[in-house]
Amino acid sequence: MIRWWTRRLGAVVITLMLTSVVVFALTNVIPGDVARRILGREASQASVDAKRMELGLDRPLVEQYGSWLVGFVRGDWGTSFTKQEPVRDLVLSHLGKSLVLAGITFAILLPVALSLGLIAGLRSGTRTDRTITVLGLCGTATPEFVSGVALLVLFSVRFSWLPPSARSEYGLKGLVLPVTALVIVCTGYVTRMVRASVVSTMERPYIRTARLKGISTVSLVRRHVLRNSMVVPVAALGVQLRYLLGGLIAVELLFNYAGIGSVLLEAAQQKDVPTLQAATLISGVTVMLTFVVSDLAYGALDPRVSMSKPR
Amino acid sequence: MSLESALVGQDVAVASTSPVTRRRRRWTRPTLLGSSVVIVIWIAAAIRWEWIAPFGPSEAQSGGRFVGPGTEHLFGTDGFGRDVLSRVLAGSRPVLTVAPLAVLLATIGGTVLGLILGYFGGLVDGVAMRLLEAIAILPPLFPAILVVALLGSSDTVLILVLAFSFTPIVAWTVRAATLVEREKPFVEAAHLRGEGAGYILGREILPNIAGAVVVEATVRLADAVFALATLAFIGLGAQPGSPDWGAQVADNRVNLQNAWWTVLFPAGAVASLVIAVSLVADHIREWKAP
Repeated sequence: MIRWWTRRLGAVVITLMLTSVVVFALTNVIPGDVARRILGREASQASVDAKRMELGLDRPLVEQYGSWLVGFVRGDWGTSFTKQEPVRDLVLSHLGKSLVLAGITFAILLPVALSLGLIAGLRSGTRTDRTITVLGLCGTATPEFVSGVALLVLFSVRFSWLPPSARSEYGLKGLVLPVTALVIVCTGYVTRMVRASVVSTMERPYIRTARLKGISTVSLVRRHVLRNSMVVPVAALGVQLRYLLGGLIAVELLFNYAGIGSVLLEAAQQKDVPTLQAATLISGVTVMLTFVVSDLAYGALDPRVSMSKPR
Repeated sequence: MSLESALVGQDVAVASTSPVTRRRRRWTRPTLLGSSVVIVIWIAAAIRWEWIAPFGPSEAQSGGRFVGPGTEHLFGTDGFGRDVLSRVLAGSRPVLTVAPLAVLLATIGGTVLGLILGYFGGLVDGVAMRLLEAIAILPPLFPAILVVALLGSSDTVLILVLAFSFTPIVAWTVRAATLVEREKPFVEAAHLRGEGAGYILGREILPNIAGAVVVEATVRLADAVFALATLAFIGLGAQPGSPDWGAQVADNRVNLQNAWWTVLFPAGAVASLVIAVSLVADHIREWKAP
């Protein structure tokens, strides 16, 4: 167990190191001069050189990477080029807001996907099953900004039931539409996984034994099927968070929600390299940590998962 | 569940169909027929929208601005008096050029990489798998946003960065399939005959995993259209003012209150294409399932 965890944590650290290399490399593919871009076209060569020195851009790339990574690990994420405030506070506070949105989404997604997957799995092969599967697939395939726009047209413009934005003055009501758009895109995948687990559980011999003993369908599902399938969405937490963070960029823009997506987007428009790097890397770290936590929870919930050997 | 199986979706694919469902799934199924028709229409529009579109996509119409959908303009006109239907038809071209090319690159790269990693294994495989995982934990679009933000948006940049994002996922699928095929007797036989690794990979293993590669490429095509449209919507893809679907939604978002048709039709076009490709991918997957 302890050996398993040291190996697992070692792998996580190596992966995150490589992620940091990838992020750093992606932000250094630019041929242009960052210092000149900050100071503008008219700046004198001397002031550009001074800026380069200040930002450490005159040092070799490997050295720049090293000090960036050490800074990141120690919590010094640099200063935003455009906002003149520490990147860490900016990024972390907005990431927190995005995680709130993701948390609400997951809290709604869980019961919805569980019940849909259960119905589809128990009626596997029927019209109900097919309808759920196809609709789930349609939801997964619809970009968040498309379902968001459709929701806005329907509930905000046509009926004026819900506010068109998630700005704080609208409170919780403003979160209904963005969360719905995110739930639509995520439900299909989790439903499919629950369904697959229900189908494979129903084929197990102990289900037949229970049936032959005369158990009612309700208690069969409650005691034998549901228990197995409940853990499936937990295992999918990491993947879902990854997709949610990706989808949040469009949703936050559409509904004016100040989260990590809006930070990333603003930094992208203004070519604010430290913010871009930090926002991307911390999102990767968050996804990776969610994977570890969901593995841990999965192991605790499902005793069949062995911790003694790596999968 | 590991990141790998989660992203590739293997476990879902394998267990999701019982024999009963598979027997019922035929070419005549309405979802498949409908999706194929939608895809054919968009491909036709991408090749020659000039022949189908009723008006020029950037011409102001005499009917005026913000004309609602009707007989004159089926999808209405936008804030510049341009015909929305014509713009939606013209918007298929940028998407259906960039997305397939990105997927083609990712499929070739991922297949070669996956074959090599799966067949040889060892230390290189271990290191490469970590690197692929390192790329894949980044949320979708994040790498694309970084690169497009700094390099500026052009078709070449979009193709390359999307190919970069999808290659690890294709490589995983191919690697997993190769691991299975590697143990088959015919590979052993070819090995004993003295065939080289290149021959075994290209002639023995690749034909047997071709089905998995086709499914993977189709799924990634849907992903690529999804990603491109979203990038254009957030202002990092096609230029504002172009008839690209995502850009149209972004440009007309301010008109949502008074002219919903300027937003909903291009948005619907994106959804129709991604859904159609996903449904077709799903069918091919079942069709190829053993």
